[in-house]
Amino acid sequence: MTTLVASRPSADDALKPPKRRPIKSSYPTWFYIPAGVFYLVLFAVPTFASLYFSLTRWTLFDTEFIGLDNFVQFFSEPMLLRGFTNTFIYGFLTSGAKVVLGLLLGVFLTSQIAARGYLRSVVFFPVLVSTIGVGITFKVLMDPFDGLINSGLALFGITGPGWLTDPSLALFSIALVDVWKGVGIATLIYIAGIAAIPPEYYEAARVDGANGWQRFWRITVPLVRPATTTVVLLSLIGGLRAFDLIWAMTRGGPGFTSDVIGSVIYKQYQAGFYGLSTAGNVVLFVVVTAIIVPIAIWFNKREVER
Amino acid sequence: MKAKALRRNLTGAVAVLVSIVVFLVPFAFIVLTAAKSAPEASLLDLSLPSEWLLWQNVVDVMQTRDYMLVRAFVNSTVLTVTSVVLMVVMAAMVGYVLQRRSSRWNPMVNVLVLAGLIVPPAVVPTIWVLQTIGLFKTMPGMIFIEATFGLSFCILLFRAFVSTIPKELDEAAVIDGAGPLRLFFQVVLPLLKPVVVTVVVVQAVAVFNDFTGPLYFLPGSDNATVQLTLYNFQSQTLNQWNLLFMNIFLITIPPLVMYIVFNRQIVAGMTSGAVKG
Repeated sequence: MTTLVASRPSADDALKPPKRRPIKSSYPTWFYIPAGVFYLVLFAVPTFASLYFSLTRWTLFDTEFIGLDNFVQFFSEPMLLRGFTNTFIYGFLTSGAKVVLGLLLGVFLTSQIAARGYLRSVVFFPVLVSTIGVGITFKVLMDPFDGLINSGLALFGITGPGWLTDPSLALFSIALVDVWKGVGIATLIYIAGIAAIPPEYYEAARVDGANGWQRFWRITVPLVRPATTTVVLLSLIGGLRAFDLIWAMTRGGPGFTSDVIGSVIYKQYQAGFYGLSTAGNVVLFVVVTAIIVPIAIWFNKREVER
Repeated sequence: MKAKALRRNLTGAVAVLVSIVVFLVPFAFIVLTAAKSAPEASLLDLSLPSEWLLWQNVVDVMQTRDYMLVRAFVNSTVLTVTSVVLMVVMAAMVGYVLQRRSSRWNPMVNVLVLAGLIVPPAVVPTIWVLQTIGLFKTMPGMIFIEATFGLSFCILLFRAFVSTIPKELDEAAVIDGAGPLRLFFQVVLPLLKPVVVTVVVVQAVAVFNDFTGPLYFLPGSDNATVQLTLYNFQSQTLNQWNLLFMNIFLITIPPLVMYIVFNRQIVAGMTSGAVKG
């Protein structure tokens, strides 16, 4: 009896280690190293360094510690502050428009309509065109006098506005182009989300007498929540960081009315105010994190609760 | 039933009409302007060119500033190919180990990956780091930057896809005597092919179209990429709208070809995460 009990673990010991060890070391931790080195040197180090450099007056030659002066300047100079507020307007406007339009287009392009394939590709195509190319094209199209948009409106007797020359309109015109270019991704994500909803739900609702409106609000909208999460987060991350489209279309003008943090960072960098530029980067970092992280957590929580 | 079919076709027709005005007219404008002579193009209208100068303009835009655009195409191709290869291999290794092996490092790695997706890169400090290691304004530096900034997105896709490959396969390979490198590169990586194609296409389009990266980290005309060339072209050659739009037209072709060939993979990549958050 005792010999039996004693002999068993020793037999296990002899068998197990050679069997287990190879499988575990088949997933070596050093596989993290190549990506880790790049990430550390070119992403993590600059990000942490930015926290220090944002507190300095930094020129090509030397750095001087000046405390929070850069941030004070950032929030007291109207031209810099305008970029800060514009970032929120631009981010939320483009993101909201992409969610609404993407969902509507998604529903429309999964319904039984003619020319569906063509419509899907044509909506998606602008996603692939370079942002600079789109920016230049629309800058020409939105020209107040020669532009195709205003001459098209003139055919209907409408005098089009100065899309990019009117200070109160420029940012919204760029946001419009951003939506034009980016709505394809949102639509695509919603199409995938809608296709994953079991058709039985719609049939059951129809049997119970739900009309199209009710089916949309009670079935489609709640069940495409994962798609909504993806669209909101992706478009917010992109919209808050926006730079290249704005730079190609107005360079933040007229004046600084269409500046966002992204373009302020570039302008200060060009002007040689590296510390101020980096402070802008830190502000952007805080803004993006403060908006994205709570939204991501909120969406995840709602998902778990269901 | 007939009324329903009629309505279906009618809404389809209206949608097609709207899509033409909203989406096709801008592209038609690009192509038509690119085919005109300089004086005609400067009218910036939607008329047909009186003479189609498509080929002539291609040659002209290529020759501008001592074949600048041709060199830019070479640079952009080198940048896109190498950075995408680098990022795919590195990200696949991380995504694979991250999914297969549960260790106390995992939560931290996951947070870092998400941080890489959300946190905007700090521009000037990155330049400072590049200068310190002597890679600022060099093509290798730009390649490394693009590879680094694309890592997080790729890792997320790879991690999700590795979970669909049965672990028994790894075990069988190990029993047959495969080491970790062989297991990964000869057994797992070939099975990841669908997601590799997705990642390659999506990231190639992103890197090729990237403007901000080269603007900051690769200034100067020696290594100019197509996006930078286009941007500079706009400010340098006034009143040559035909050549400007020919430039836009030409640099749209590579992503367009990618889209036509890999339509399905692009859609798969963009929509991953839509079905299950």
